[in-house]
Parts: sequence; structure tokens; C-alpha cells
Amino acid sequence: MNTKSLKGLAIPLVSVLAGFIVGAILMLIFGYDPIQNYQNLLVGSLGGVYSIGETLRNMISLILTALGFAVASKAGFFNIGGPGQYLIGWFGAIVFTLKFSHLPAVILIIGALLCGALAGGLWSMIAGVLRAYFGTSEVITTIMLNYIILYIVNFAVKSWLASKGSDSSPNITSKANLNTPFLQHITDNSTFNWGFFIALAVVALVWFYFNKTKSGFEIQAVGLNESASQYAGVNVKRTIIIAMLISGLLAGLGGAIDGLGNFENISVSNNLPNVGFNGMAVALLAAENPIGIVFAALLFSVLQIGGLSISVYSNTPSEIVDIVIASIIFFVGIKYAFELMAKKGWFNRKNKVGKGGAEK
Amino acid sequence: MEDYVVEMRHITKQFGSYKANNDISLQLRKGEILALLGENGAGKSTLMGMLSGLLEPTDGEILINGKVVKMENPRDAKKLGIGMVHQHFMLIPAFSVLENIILGDEPTKATSINYKKAASDIEKLAEKYHLDIDINAKVRDITVGMQQRVEIMKALYRKANVFIFDEPTAALTPQEIEQLIKILRALAEEGNSVIFITHKLKEIKEVADRCVVIRMGKVIETVQVAETKEEVLAEMMVGRKVNFAVEKKETDKSKTILAVNDLNVEAHGLLKVKDLDLNVHSGEIVGVAGVDGNGQSELIEAITGLRKIKKGSIELKGKSLQNLSARRISEAGVGCIPEDRQNVGLILPFTIAENLVLKSYYKKPASRHGLLNYKKINELGKQLIKSFDIRSQSEKELAGDLSGGNQQKVIVAREISASPNLLIAANPTRGVDIGAIEYIHEKIIEQRNTGRGVLLISFELDEILKLSDRIVVMHEGQIVGEIDPRHTSSEELGLMMAGKTPIGQEG
Repeated sequence: MNTKSLKGLAIPLVSVLAGFIVGAILMLIFGYDPIQNYQNLLVGSLGGVYSIGETLRNMISLILTALGFAVASKAGFFNIGGPGQYLIGWFGAIVFTLKFSHLPAVILIIGALLCGALAGGLWSMIAGVLRAYFGTSEVITTIMLNYIILYIVNFAVKSWLASKGSDSSPNITSKANLNTPFLQHITDNSTFNWGFFIALAVVALVWFYFNKTKSGFEIQAVGLNESASQYAGVNVKRTIIIAMLISGLLAGLGGAIDGLGNFENISVSNNLPNVGFNGMAVALLAAENPIGIVFAALLFSVLQIGGLSISVYSNTPSEIVDIVIASIIFFVGIKYAFELMAKKGWFNRKNKVGKGGAEK
Repeated sequence: MEDYVVEMRHITKQFGSYKANNDISLQLRKGEILALLGENGAGKSTLMGMLSGLLEPTDGEILINGKVVKMENPRDAKKLGIGMVHQHFMLIPAFSVLENIILGDEPTKATSINYKKAASDIEKLAEKYHLDIDINAKVRDITVGMQQRVEIMKALYRKANVFIFDEPTAALTPQEIEQLIKILRALAEEGNSVIFITHKLKEIKEVADRCVVIRMGKVIETVQVAETKEEVLAEMMVGRKVNFAVEKKETDKSKTILAVNDLNVEAHGLLKVKDLDLNVHSGEIVGVAGVDGNGQSELIEAITGLRKIKKGSIELKGKSLQNLSARRISEAGVGCIPEDRQNVGLILPFTIAENLVLKSYYKKPASRHGLLNYKKINELGKQLIKSFDIRSQSEKELAGDLSGGNQQKVIVAREISASPNLLIAANPTRGVDIGAIEYIHEKIIEQRNTGRGVLLISFELDEILKLSDRIVVMHEGQIVGEIDPRHTSSEELGLMMAGKTPIGQEG
């Protein structure tokens, strides 16, 4: 058991290291100082209370969108709808807060988060229903749903929430802000908010769901072998829909927390929120393990937040960080190639060839 | 000293500390059919993997036509004239038979492939060896039997003179097996040599000249097949006496367990089961014989609730099973050992214990209030592993890591421990070694003897003849006849299965 999980750790660690090396080589080629830059990256992300607050805050939505992706993935689905589900969650939370601003703070916040999460879940469920009843590929439907919701939200913000001439909704009432004065005070005015603790609690919940509950067992059974599940009497259609619902709930909750804790309003946007896609990368790096997702999210967050300061302290373009991130994902992807090669015995053969050579 | 086509001398193959082959020597003569007999996991496939260049021996040497050779990959083996027909075919479904055969060795004319020459070469070979293949058909449209013949042709086309068959009959119908045996004989008569990996004794008796018996990585004995009895072969393979006869008690067959009336079932827009009537009584095993694809799968799926019924009724002990979900039907007392244990019967990446509760995980004691009780699940797993003799390291071992026979025992344990009124067993011993076959047969008979109904669907006629109290023959979705197993033979059954002779009701 233990050696197995250690082996599981080796691949992401090697991938991360390789990603940093690729970044360093590129910096050397273009005449930037990698050591200095990586130092700035660490200082910028972990070098003070403020930066730590920002890094942790950035982890929240990464964790939740990654968990969402992982849940769908366990059921055997590639849910690319994270960005859309995150966006509708954000939108839902802001709308609720604006429309019910008279409610007491606690109820307002809980209502807004539930509203956002539910919106994300229902949106994702559309893809689940299509998949369960018509066999439509969830890859295509979730991509399409992303664009549909992007423009619906833009339209709704512009024509319904924003005042004339503005592209943004008004800000939410400060009592609904998850980034409370207390947290601002202890983190040097960073955007760190209570959502972080919600995210950690959700990690534990998801872990519990998969390892201890009947429903989590069913999702994994369906994901691993649909015909066996059907034969064993599992309601496969319902399980698919539940998995997609939970997946969207989590991404939507990520959007809702960011809406209340970070953005405080919602604006018209040309692009889908990147965090939805980064969440997928986090989940893949963590091999969809809920606990692993926390650490993978921390890494990504360090890179993203620290990357901002790279270009502040030197003339190195901050895109170098994107290259490091992309390389890490690339090397994680290569892992599958390695596994395949190991299965086909390529490494064994190399050993033999080596032996044969020595004999000669 | 005699010249051998292939000689393996003191071959040892080690994986880590585990010796899959331990000092094995064997010789293959020209024009000989040599059977390699052993249970699953005995080391047959490892040994042949080394002969076909997939693996390299840790120790020992291989001689081809008297010369020591070193094969680094399957291409080297092919060059030396060794052709392997795998258990799982390696063909491209979207290509035609002709394209599959020449792939990698295309004859060319100027810059383009000379299909004409290829086709005429292949047709000549096909005639010589009685290989019935349609070279223009797409591989995805042809039967399993023909796919196998295409694999044989691939080896012939590459001028192989040593043919290795890895469990070639596992996926074939009785008629296809007969055809294969003819082909094997033709290969040998033309001066080729054949190695035939199997654990089916009957086939060895029928076709092989000599037989090498392997157990736990060692050669137990090499025998002349004609002079050795089946029972002796079985004993050598398993390492103990094998009980061939089964003990059937007199049972009370007065109660009807399963009543199927006028059943019609559709699959992919085709009517696969037509106006079918079938009864199974208490204390009775009803064998359904038939060639694969004649509606047996659809019949099972209809009874177990996996497929909708178009017309007709299915009753268990007088209660209708119609329109009930698979779970409700299983709770009503229908157990099923499915045809495909790896894709349907088990979830391979789950543990043995999890697989054992696959049909009961949602209720006490496996779970309560929506939460699984792993302590109970694992305890239960431990118990069943013990009482059903599932050979494994622990109840937490993954089902995918078990041998075929033990995987099947997991399914049998799960289905029988639920004490079903009706047990459906579809090819319960396909691809399973003799020890496990014996055990599974015992368990099925035990169900019958305790007064339950058993519906046995099998492509192994011997199995049907041995276990059944009554045999019905299914052809094109209908029951075309019923026979008493005590007054029939495989030949008669085979004819009925082909739907060739008009059936007079017997028995």
C-alpha cells in the first residue's frame, strides 16, 4: 500500500521538477536569470503575510473546480464544463446577494453560496441528462454549454444588473463579503477569505463521499465498468446525472466563493474564466485524489501569484510562468506514455539490450 | 541425435523472484502436433512468449533447426519461421481480410501494392490448407472463427513452418472447432509443426501427437497422447485426482420456478427471441444448447431485467418479473453468472470484497443510512473467500489481479451466497482451468440438489450433457427441440444446434 502511494507521488514530483527545469532553460536561452526569477516567484507567492493570503485565496477556486472535474472523471466523464459552471455559480451568487441584500449576513451568504452552487450543478446536469438518455458526448455538450452560459451571463449582466453605460453589476453589500475586516487585518489587506476553509471542508466531504458512501461507490462502479454496474442493478442513468450534478455543484461553489470573497461583483467578459481550465490541470496533476488536489492547487497558486511578481522585479515576461505551468502539465501527460511503455516492457528490453552489450 | 525443428533447452524465466518457467526443455519434430497442457498460470504462455520473441529467457537456450538462436523481438521469430496465433486476435477491424494479411509485408509493383499478386498467393495457400476465408470482407464483419483463420493465413503468408496456437478454441463454436482441427491436421501433413496451448483434454486427444504437461513452471511429463488416458492427463495437470463424474441426487421437480411464455425480445431492431416458451422446475438443471448468437444472450438479458420484453411473460414462482428493474429481479431471487466475467460480472479495479457485495452493497449489513460499512464488507469477503476457496492474498486484492478461474469463483460465490431461487449460469467455465471447472460444476449441482432451479447456457456441449437434467436446443431465437441428456450424443446435439434436421420430439 505504502510503496504504491509513494510511486504515485513520484510522477507528479518529477513532472513539477522537469517543468521548472524547462522554464530555467528557456530563461537562460533568452538571457534571463532563472535563479533570481524563481526566487522572486517564491517571495512573491509565499514571502509575506499578504502574498500568502493571496496564494491561499487563489487556491480556493482551483481546489473546487478541480474537485468538480475529479468527481465527473470518477464516473468516467470528461467534464470540460468547469469554466461555465464556475461562471454561472459566480453569477448566481452575485444575483442572490444583490436581490436579497436585506437578509441578515449569515443567511445572505449561505443563500448566495447555495444559489451559486446549485446553478452550477443544474447547468452541468444538462450535460449529464443528455449523456444518460441520448448518449451525447459530454465533451462536446460541456464545451458548448460553456459558450452558451458565457453569453447568457454577459447579456444578463449588461441588460439587467449593470446600470446604463456600465459593463459591471454594482458591488455586493459589504456584509456579504467573505473577505472580512478581520481576515484583511491579519493578512495585510489581502483577498484571503473564509472561502478557503469552506474549500478545505469540501475536500474532506468529497474524500468521505468516495470512500464511505453508497452513492460514491456507485459513481466509481459506473465509471470503471458501466455494463457490470448495470448488471449489478445500479441505476446507471441516475448515477451519471448525480455525478454531473455534484461536479457542477463544486465548480459553481468555486465561482460563488470567488464572487463573494474576491470580485464582489460580476462584469461582462470576452473570455471564459481561466480558473475552470486550470482546475482540470490541478485535478490531473493530483491524479484526481482529493487530498492531492490541495497540494496541486497550492503549487499552481504559487506559480500564478508568484508569476505576477516576476515581471515586477525584473524585465522577465510573466508568460515564462505560463510556460512552466504548461510544461508541468505536459510532463504529467507524458506519465501516461511512460506507463504505457512500462506496460509494453520497453524498459525491460532496454535492460536486456544493456546486458547484451556488456557481454560483448 | 534426431533433428528437431524447435528445441528448448533448460529454459528458465524469472520475473523478479518468481520463476514462471523453471528448467523447461521441450522438442518439436517436423510434421508434429505438440500439445502444451497446463492450468492457467502454469507458465505455458510465458514459455511460448519466449519462443515467439516477446520475452527473453533468463537462462537456457533455444535451437531452431539445430542452431542456437537469440530472438530479441517478434520480428526475429517471424524471420525464423515461427508464427503465433494469439488468443486475442491482432487485426484491424476497418481493413479488409486481404489488407490485414499483407500488412507489413506488402508485395509491391513499382511503387504501389500489388494486390493481385497478394490475392492469388493467398488463394493458393487457402486452397492448400482448406482455409475458408473471404479476402474481400472487412474484418469487422467476419466471424470469430474466420478471424482466427485470417491469423493463421497471416503466419502462412509469411512462410512460417512452426505454428503456435494460444488457446485457439476458447472463443469458437463446436463447428468452428471441428474446422480448426482439420486445419491443424492439414498444416502438419504439409510438413509444418504445430504447438497447441490448451487445457482442454478432449482436443488434445483428438489432434495432438505428443503432449507436454506443465505445472507450476515445470515440465511434469511428456507423453504420447495415443497411449495416455484423459484422466491421467488431467491428474498430471492438476496434481491430484480429478473427479469427472458428478453426483446428482433425486430431487423433487414438482414446483415451477421459472415460467417463460411466448417471449419475444428485440436487440438492435432484430427479433432475437421469438415466441419462446421455457420452464425451469425446482431441483432441475435445464441446459440451453445452441450456437452463439441464436438469442441466448437476449434471453438472459430479458430474464435478468437488462433488456425490455417486446411480448410475452416471465414469471418467477408465479410472480411476474416484467418491467422490474435488474435490482428488483435480483432481489426476487434470480442470480446470474454472466457470460462475460471481466466486462460484466466484475469490476476489475475493485477489490474482491467490493466485488462480492456488488449486488448487496446498498443494504444491510454492507451499508446503513447510505454509508458503506467496510469492516463488514471485508469480513464478509474473508468468509466467502474461505468458503468458496478463492485463491487470493487477501480480500483487499483487486479482482483484476486474480486468475480467470478465481475471478469466476468470486462471481459464483456472490451469486450463490445470495441463495437465489433461480440461478442462471452462462458459460460458467469458459476459459477456466480444470480444478475450477470441477469446483464450479459441484456448486451448480449443489444448487440443484437443494431444490433450486438452474438455467445453464453453454457452448460447451460436454458441460451441458454432463450437468443438465433436461436439454433444450435454441436456434434462431426459438426452442427447436428438447432432449434427455441420457439418450443423446454431442453429434446429435450439434446437428440440432445447426438447425439442420427436423426434430422429432423425444424423451
